[in-house]
Amino acid sequence: MPEQLVKFYQVGSFVAGNRLLDPAERSVQASMERSNTLTSGHRACQGCGEALGARYALDAAMRATGGKVIAANATGCLEVFSTPYPESSWQLPWMHSLFANAPSIASGIAAALKVKGRTDVRVVAQGGDGGTMDIGFASLSGMFERNDDVLFVCYDNEAYMNTGVQRSSATPPAARTATTKPVGDEPGNVFGQGKNAPLIAMAHEIPYVATATVAELRDLEAKVERAMAFRGARYLHLFVPCPLGWGAAPRDTVRLARLAKETGLFPVFEAEHGEVVSVSKIRRPIPVEEYLRPQKRYRHLFGDPPRTDVLARIQEIADRNIRRFGLVDGVPEPADDVMRLIAESERGPQ
Amino acid sequence: MRSQIEGSQAVARAVALCRPEVICAYPISPQTHIVEALSDLVRTGELAPCEYLNVESEFAALSAAMGASATGARTYTATASQGLLYMAEALYNASGLGLPIVMTVANRAIGAPINIWNDHSDSMSQRDSGWIQLYAESNQEAVDLHLQAFRLAEELSLPVMVCMDGFVLTHAVEPVTLPSQEQVDRFLPRFEPRQVLDPADPVTIGAMVGPEAFTEVKYLMHATQMQALDLVPEIANEFTQAFGRSSGGLVQAYRSSDADTIVVALGSVLGTIEDVVDELREQGVKIGALGLKCFRPYPADEVRAALGHAGKVVVLEKAFAVGIGGIVSQNVRLSLGGLPTRVYDVVAGLGGRAITKRSLHGLLADVLEDRLEPGRLTFVDLDSDLVARELERTRASRHSGPRAENVIRDIATVGSRPY
Repeated sequence: MPEQLVKFYQVGSFVAGNRLLDPAERSVQASMERSNTLTSGHRACQGCGEALGARYALDAAMRATGGKVIAANATGCLEVFSTPYPESSWQLPWMHSLFANAPSIASGIAAALKVKGRTDVRVVAQGGDGGTMDIGFASLSGMFERNDDVLFVCYDNEAYMNTGVQRSSATPPAARTATTKPVGDEPGNVFGQGKNAPLIAMAHEIPYVATATVAELRDLEAKVERAMAFRGARYLHLFVPCPLGWGAAPRDTVRLARLAKETGLFPVFEAEHGEVVSVSKIRRPIPVEEYLRPQKRYRHLFGDPPRTDVLARIQEIADRNIRRFGLVDGVPEPADDVMRLIAESERGPQ
Repeated sequence: MRSQIEGSQAVARAVALCRPEVICAYPISPQTHIVEALSDLVRTGELAPCEYLNVESEFAALSAAMGASATGARTYTATASQGLLYMAEALYNASGLGLPIVMTVANRAIGAPINIWNDHSDSMSQRDSGWIQLYAESNQEAVDLHLQAFRLAEELSLPVMVCMDGFVLTHAVEPVTLPSQEQVDRFLPRFEPRQVLDPADPVTIGAMVGPEAFTEVKYLMHATQMQALDLVPEIANEFTQAFGRSSGGLVQAYRSSDADTIVVALGSVLGTIEDVVDELREQGVKIGALGLKCFRPYPADEVRAALGHAGKVVVLEKAFAVGIGGIVSQNVRLSLGGLPTRVYDVVAGLGGRAITKRSLHGLLADVLEDRLEPGRLTFVDLDSDLVARELERTRASRHSGPRAENVIRDIATVGSRPY
């Protein structure tokens, strides 16, 4: 029996296009039934990773719940570009209150739904890395520890973009921001600072924590769907390149998100009840330079002579992630207990 | 039912009778007994259905209350002092969004120096946050005002603070009549939210508004709060009809209709003031009192009508604005524009210092005999020598050290002492 040759409809990566998939496996966005939760007409920049991520995340949540989602939104780009008076791009019940309180607002919404017996309606809260990891962190931790029935989505573009690209606790080492300029001995953001929000979320032992990027949108949808299958506090940390803040071409948003993962700089994994249950493997680790070079926030590393010392330190971070999370098959044993490895790493270099 | 009951317990019972659906709690003295009692009522199922959230800060308490209120739940929280300041950003947000949350403020001083005792620095600091502010004179009134507050909040879609003096009321055991559930249910209808987050009819709450309409939205906030000037007396009247006792309203005059001198105050100190008025009346002094029951919105016309005939008005307040003086007195002066009334700005009872009848008699003797200058800030029972010694220390040395510690060392006590 002659076999038909499979024609991969590829999108410049290892991801196959929708046409080849069983309809049940197709992207939410491939369906005419998608909810367009964040509908067109908003004022995000060209190539905005956050707008792309929010659209996929919320539409996936809508599909998983039969359209019954209420969203709470922290102050930030997403809130500003989606609701300039007198317009709103939101086609779901949506509430913005303050910068620091989106998780608490969501807790309150969830409590009201519970008391009214409307547990069919689910709550998604969202914010940028500043609203999530800095100013809103106490609120987020409180929502986590109470295990309130909320999915919190952090759109991480690694700085305060809405206010003009200032450093946040998610800004990576060496990156230029308006408050970490490439001047002085250590150009750009310093090494040895910042925090890992997904691992801190896991330390709350909440039912579900995942990371994702806007390069693998079906993976993102699947994680949202998985998250909605749990009750209690859930956290999705979504890597969303920002062309404006990173000094990158709008057309490179998806490419940069993919490179962040393929270099090992942004580990993509899932955890349940405090334990990692899956990691997205890297087939061929890509040198960090390939990810850094297209971004003007790292331009000071590629002068004459280039800062090979700094590039080596960033490569070390990627390599450590690969070891820590077992991102590459065959390269040291995958981490079966990330928290143990963190404890070890805190005792100094291995 | 009338019983001997602690103020906090009574308020908790009154709040429970209002059938709140979500209660957000964070501990701070002297508000704690209220939320503790409510926790018991929820855990035993006496108050059901109700979700009780133990949150991680006052900022979160009010934020969660906002989320719940926007989802159509009747929502309550309580705080005091530093807690009220910690939720300041959310206070403005709740009023800006028009969310009818009711909150008890167990009035307490604000640090530094840290002090857990009663004054009005906390709620006065948030007088312009867009919340309606009601002040209770007694525990009975605190109970009654909570029932009225939910009516008021939900009819106007505005948040309401019920302010009651910390410890003086919250921890005082006195006879209080608690209404029955049937009475409260008749008085307080089901919460019909003006705006609600509902997937069946999606709305955007908290959108960004630029110069095109910001003025109009803010104007509407003001106009809505001003409607309370009609609604507060209406609800108070209805309350009297339903419960057979008078509570609340905008202002409450005491023996002031023919008075030459009227003392204006808020909260529990009114009881002491009324006693002093009685004693002075017996001596033939034409004196009276005016209680401000509602401070925001400010009942300017009612205050003018109540005070306009008096030659002297003494505004006795448990807070002041550093760098200028009286807060309530500035508002009172506004009411008396164009009148020759002499207004005295008097600060008393800061950080829990008792306002005694003796202090008030001394103060009022100074006023009546024109020993006090109107318009000048007067501190009742101020230890001028203690102040002078600390001022001398700061003059004598650049490194005079922490002020509060110096003063405590000077008076050689670490606790309180009788005044």
